[in-house]
Amino acid sequence: MPAPIRLRELIRTIRTARTQAEEREMIQKECAAIRSSFREEDNTYRCRNVAKLLYMHMLGYPAHFGQLECLKLIASQKFTDKRIGYLGAMLLLDERQDVHLLMTNCIKNDLNHSTQYVQGLALCTLGCMGSSEMCRDLAGEVEKLLKTSNSYLRKKAALCAVHVIRKVPELMEMFLPATKNLLSEKNHGVLHTSVVLLTEMCERSPDMLSHFRKLVPQLVRILKNLIMSGYSPEHDVSGISDPFLQVRILRLLRILGKNDDDSSEAMNDILAQVATNTETSKNVGNAILYETVLTIMDIKSESGLRVLAINILGRFLLNNDKNIRYVALTSLLKTVQTDHNAVQRHRSTIVDCLKDLDVSIKRRAMELSFALVNGNNIRGMMKELLYFLDSCDPDFKADCASGVFLAAEKYAPSKRWHIDTIMRVLTTAGSYVRDDSVPNLIQLITNSVEMHAYTVQRLYKALLDDISQQPLVQVASWCIGEYGDLLVSGQCEEEEPIQVTEDEVLDVLEGLLVSNLSTPVTRGYSLTAIMKLSTRFSSVNRIKKVVSIYGSSIDVELQQRAVEYNALFKKYDHMRPALLERMPIMEKSASNGPTEIVQTNGEAEPSAVESKHPPPVTQPTNQVRTILNTVFIGIPPMTAYSKNGLKIDFTFERANPNPNIAVITIHATNSTEAEMTDFVFQAAVPKTFQLQLLSPSSNVVPALNQGTVTQVIRVLNQQKQQLRMRIKLTYTHKGSAVQDLAEVNNFPPQSWQ
Amino acid sequence: MMRFMLLFSRQGRLRLQKWFTAISEREKKKIIREMTTMVLARPPRTCNFLRWKDLKIVYKRYASLYFCLGVEDEENELLALEIIHRYVELLDKYFGNVCELDIIFNFEKAYFILDEFLMGGEIQETSKQIVNRAIESSDMLQEPAPL
Repeated sequence: MPAPIRLRELIRTIRTARTQAEEREMIQKECAAIRSSFREEDNTYRCRNVAKLLYMHMLGYPAHFGQLECLKLIASQKFTDKRIGYLGAMLLLDERQDVHLLMTNCIKNDLNHSTQYVQGLALCTLGCMGSSEMCRDLAGEVEKLLKTSNSYLRKKAALCAVHVIRKVPELMEMFLPATKNLLSEKNHGVLHTSVVLLTEMCERSPDMLSHFRKLVPQLVRILKNLIMSGYSPEHDVSGISDPFLQVRILRLLRILGKNDDDSSEAMNDILAQVATNTETSKNVGNAILYETVLTIMDIKSESGLRVLAINILGRFLLNNDKNIRYVALTSLLKTVQTDHNAVQRHRSTIVDCLKDLDVSIKRRAMELSFALVNGNNIRGMMKELLYFLDSCDPDFKADCASGVFLAAEKYAPSKRWHIDTIMRVLTTAGSYVRDDSVPNLIQLITNSVEMHAYTVQRLYKALLDDISQQPLVQVASWCIGEYGDLLVSGQCEEEEPIQVTEDEVLDVLEGLLVSNLSTPVTRGYSLTAIMKLSTRFSSVNRIKKVVSIYGSSIDVELQQRAVEYNALFKKYDHMRPALLERMPIMEKSASNGPTEIVQTNGEAEPSAVESKHPPPVTQPTNQVRTILNTVFIGIPPMTAYSKNGLKIDFTFERANPNPNIAVITIHATNSTEAEMTDFVFQAAVPKTFQLQLLSPSSNVVPALNQGTVTQVIRVLNQQKQQLRMRIKLTYTHKGSAVQDLAEVNNFPPQSWQ
Repeated sequence: MMRFMLLFSRQGRLRLQKWFTAISEREKKKIIREMTTMVLARPPRTCNFLRWKDLKIVYKRYASLYFCLGVEDEENELLALEIIHRYVELLDKYFGNVCELDIIFNFEKAYFILDEFLMGGEIQETSKQIVNRAIESSDMLQEPAPL
């Protein structure tokens, strides 16, 4: 049997293959040869064959049949065999295969081998891929080697211990005694791996953390020596002595100093020293500075040091090296909450980074810019951010638009500015805004009463230019439907009113209906807008015609709307004005989703009438919106009714945009042992008031005060008269129907004054 | 800790793979595919850092080879670049003006050098000389020309 082909020869041969198929053929042939060689238990060339197998494995071909051979190599006495065997084990074996446990004994023997390089191989393999069982079996050996004076083995044992602890955390205790004098080592390799071991232990156990706090002075001393010591050729990197060790020590100091005043104070000086003395011309110096900044920000450092850290980050932002700018922006993003003012000082540099060519940097700069926006800088910042929105990649536009809306809502200096900003976003990035922006914007526009004419005019003009961006078109249609009368009457105060006729407006809206660019949702918006205009415009016949045409539309949604609007014209024409009235001011509140807003006047009636189509879906979530308008202004709650175990309490809020609206929430509780089902609460107010009743949370009041039914009432009290209410309660209790009427007169004066 | 180190050519051919956690063969192949695609797609003169899932990816190109390190979130990216550079220096010292072919034909030696520099996802030895000496001594223990 000729000797198997050499490894380099095989590599050379495989590389001559011109096609994938040719390569596969060569590999298969060689694999067959290797397999038969394995079967013959050839000891001499096993090493060569496994090496070839590893090469083929790297090309992506299966090599599992070599796993056992690796074990045989490990058990061999020849060093080359062991070297390749352990490499093969690390590449081909892992803890999923039961086979791997067979290694344990070999490793144990090799850990006690007379040659340190064999011991090293065993430690390395155990430390890279040892399973939990192997770690348990061999932890004792590792611990022994951790105490050896041979620094070559000691450093490997330390990292092996780290791996053992990661796999079997309960074994951490047994390594504690060996850590006693690890830091007294002079050898940098041992020092470095010891710091890693200590770090791992401190991260995993608060007890270890407190125990090792006493090492802070020693760590500070080691770091100081590294900085102050002269040139050491062995560890020098661009003039800095052992940057890897410096960074690791800084990281351990960070963990030890966090939330601990004494430790933080003990490291204050050295951190300042590193921060000011480290050479910044090369990446390696900046790596150390970066780690120092992270440490300063995380421990209880004094304010001077923190400012120093932020200034370092500010300098990083001006660095030519992109990596350093990226790292600075990421760090500033982490600290902007805690050290807001310090970061603000670097705002202009951060904003400049929006113009950077690198995508990752742009994204970080955008996130940071939004975090820095406040009431003082909103105008300037928004200018930059809108400019960024114009020119940025499509991937950014959605996030940027959302950020702009959020910032504008929080800090808008005026309503006009707010609407202008929204217009700008819709016209430049209109197709990228998120779906929930449309209802949010509509709500905002509705609540800016004095801006209605200006808004509808601007939106109309925008529509004339471009009808492709759906969110813009949807908001515009909605506005025209609501405020079309303001548009044609030319009432705009904020800018030159445009001359537009009813027919022109209807042309535009009808154009949306037929355009290919409009989505079905958009079509729905424009049809409803056209319908609403029937109570605002005089060209009712034209509108009737349009609506009746769409009664046979293929789109089911449009068809349904058209048919119902047709019915409105024919059979319910008397209700049309009331139904299509101006939308009332909407509340931004945390309570329930969109409910049917039933307009009641005088006596309360359950809603039998079709509600107006409120703007579609998604209530703004609390994550996206802060609760702005519902301000609880401290009106004391009152008990409105208490009889037969049913108690009804009223709590009050005032709706901010209109101080004449009082929002009352009723809370119904039941102290009897049987629940009250089919619970209906009705209310009526005197003629000078208007009342709205929203849907209740449920119509079952649980027994024994185990739950509450809530319902919101809104009362418009324009004449500021004393509030009185008559309430009617119906429910089923213990099988029989109960009904009761009551007067509520004890409203606190603040609720209606 | 570091989770993996990959070396691949500009054509996406894998030259070295070191994994510091136990993951399945299928998972490894998936990661290799994604790393090569992501890194090779990066335009020139962009920064050397990427975010991928919960890891930071640090990559650097040396001649025709890409060195790609996947590290956990607490790792210092700038230092990761130094780690890559240190490994390249070690290879360069060993092979004398190293090029991709050296690593292709002597891949097992590239692994041996790496295993003297890193272990279990951490740096094992910070001195270039000590790593070089360890490799030289180990080489001398090898039986003559077995591969």
